Amino acid sequence: MKFVDEFRDAALGRALAGEILSLVEPGRHYKVMEVCGGHTHSIYKYGVDDLLPANVELVHGPGCPVCVIPMGRVDDGIAVANVAGVIFTCFGDMMRVPGSDGSLLDAKAAGADVRMVYSPLDALRIAKQNPDREVVFFAIGFETTAPSTALTLKRARAEGVKNFSCICSHVTIVPPLRALLESPDLRLDGFIGPGHVATVVGARPFEFIPADYGRPLVVAGFEPLDILQSIAMILRQLAQGRCEVENQYKRVVPYEGNLRALEVLSEVFELRPHFEWRGLGFISHSGLKLSEAYADLDAELRFSVPGVRVADPKACQCGEVLKGVIKPWECKVFGTACTPERPIGTCMVSSEGACAAYYNFGRFAREREVV
Amino acid sequence: MGDSAAVSEREEKILAIIETARGKRAKFRDERITMAHGAGGKATQTLIEGLFVPAFGGAALSEMADAGRLSLDGVELALTTDAYVVKPLRFPGGSIGELAVNGTVNDLAVAGARALALSLSLVLEEGLAADELRAEVDAIAAAASAAQVEILAGDTKVVERGHADGMYVCTSGLGRRDPRASLAPANIRPGDHVLLSGAIGEHGMAIMLARGEFELDAAIESDTASLWPAVDALLDAAGPSLRCLRDATRGGVASVLNELARAASVAMLVDERAVPVQPAVAGAGEILGIDPMYVANEGKLVAFVAPEQAGEALAALRCVPGSEQAAEIGEVRSEPTGMVLVETSFGGRRVMDQLVGDPLPRIC
Repeated sequence: MKFVDEFRDAALGRALAGEILSLVEPGRHYKVMEVCGGHTHSIYKYGVDDLLPANVELVHGPGCPVCVIPMGRVDDGIAVANVAGVIFTCFGDMMRVPGSDGSLLDAKAAGADVRMVYSPLDALRIAKQNPDREVVFFAIGFETTAPSTALTLKRARAEGVKNFSCICSHVTIVPPLRALLESPDLRLDGFIGPGHVATVVGARPFEFIPADYGRPLVVAGFEPLDILQSIAMILRQLAQGRCEVENQYKRVVPYEGNLRALEVLSEVFELRPHFEWRGLGFISHSGLKLSEAYADLDAELRFSVPGVRVADPKACQCGEVLKGVIKPWECKVFGTACTPERPIGTCMVSSEGACAAYYNFGRFAREREVV
Repeated sequence: MGDSAAVSEREEKILAIIETARGKRAKFRDERITMAHGAGGKATQTLIEGLFVPAFGGAALSEMADAGRLSLDGVELALTTDAYVVKPLRFPGGSIGELAVNGTVNDLAVAGARALALSLSLVLEEGLAADELRAEVDAIAAAASAAQVEILAGDTKVVERGHADGMYVCTSGLGRRDPRASLAPANIRPGDHVLLSGAIGEHGMAIMLARGEFELDAAIESDTASLWPAVDALLDAAGPSLRCLRDATRGGVASVLNELARAASVAMLVDERAVPVQPAVAGAGEILGIDPMYVANEGKLVAFVAPEQAGEALAALRCVPGSEQAAEIGEVRSEPTGMVLVETSFGGRRVMDQLVGDPLPRIC
């Protein structure tokens, strides 16, 4: 595929791997967090970590929008999906995330009309095709997907579609990063910045990371060469004693972001005082809800939503795993109460989460060489 | 030093616990059937290993091959059955009727048996247009004649409107096992070469696009076809060096390899660059976030061949119409047992795991 294969060139990959090797200080252990779930996926799909020396460790961050949705909110979604006459729409991978009593897939099996959509606009189309049914969209994702939800709501308003509403579980990326960085026991050397989020918000919002916390961040694209190059850029900053925000993904990310998208976001959404993250707990100003002006399209107001908080089991240590303080297998519930078939924390929910990956491939993953 | 030794000891212990848990026969504990139970991955396996095999017992069933074996007065037979519930009924490259014949013929073929006879049950929805039924009957007749197999028995049921998506088709097949064939997962040995009979992912992708849920158009046609000619050519070329065959249907090539790696207690190493994928399938997979390795085929098989005959087997396969793109995609290793590793086109290595549920498009 043109414009894709160029960024997956194996020879260039080997060259970058060589460069990374030359930037590594022998004996030093590096922990670099890829913030975004999309990066985790690419790293896994192309075996990018297999090209790194074992003392360059990639830590999977909190940026998988599906895995961070807490059980209570999944329960809210299921409660609305179970209301008679409702067509409940959501993204495919959200359907598998467990609530306190099963997932949306289970609710579907039990009779709820749960449908997978590829875009919020598909949900709006379903609403227009079924004027006698209430159609609810379960909106999740970071600043990457929030603009498309916002535009869909604007369109629903403009076209006067009355039977459409949305449960807004959109989140923002900076607050959880700040929460991670605030932790005194943090063991991270640098960040691979979320390229898709930065397409919307720009690179500037990440400047606090080098400025306040002394860690470099490189905004990165999603092809394997993008990721390797970003790792090399982070290691070069560390080797040269620099600490700044760099933009590897210039072909897509403007430093100032997408101003029109930001405008739409601020029109349709407002910050929640706090939002709960699976495994990380409550984080201030980290979630979005519909603004006053769009309150009539808010499914949380239109339907009676239980809104009951379901606590993560106390023993779950996803937060520590994310901060790089402990390894997955050091968590008290790992492999016993928490398994890929019956996950508790965010790191076990997605097959690419740190704990699920370790559960499935642990023995294989330890074969890399230490420089 | 003492600390790190203690730590790695603990890690070893936990890894050992996980391995024991993974090695145990799957238990069926779910409260309801979900779509995942039909997707061919882990959930399907739980259902079969945890519910069906314990209930129905027999040694032949617990082999979990595509077809069961039986001997009758010295005649070696194979028996298989399958239900077809595809939506839409007609799709680019084929239809449910054609699928119902080829799928059952193929389950016999990869067990080393040539189909002798099929039974056919139709479950029809009230209101189905007669022309649609007529078209499927014609498709069934044409596919049976192409595969040189006779329809010997049949049944028809009609269910109320709203059920059966137009029609469901069930076929059972009886085949005679070819004397040249001695195929079983247990025959697979480290060093065997893995052959694939052509480009992957076409059937599943054609169906996904034909459903029109994604507003994505691409010229992708189902690969539904009888695999007997390919099996015949492989048996001729490799004889007893042909260790095992599977058709890569639901769950795709990745699921077949995982199933066999576990069944034969071996590892497999796949070279991603060697796996033929049509550009349109690769492109659709890229957009939908679905790996073609997990997408269903209806006319592709995976063959395990002893190294000394692998070249000849591949050459023979490529002479079969429809298998021109056949390729050697990897080899069998001894370690890590039960796992499938992929050398990615980018040069890294990773584990290619079993599918957990339905392949769902990703948002990020």
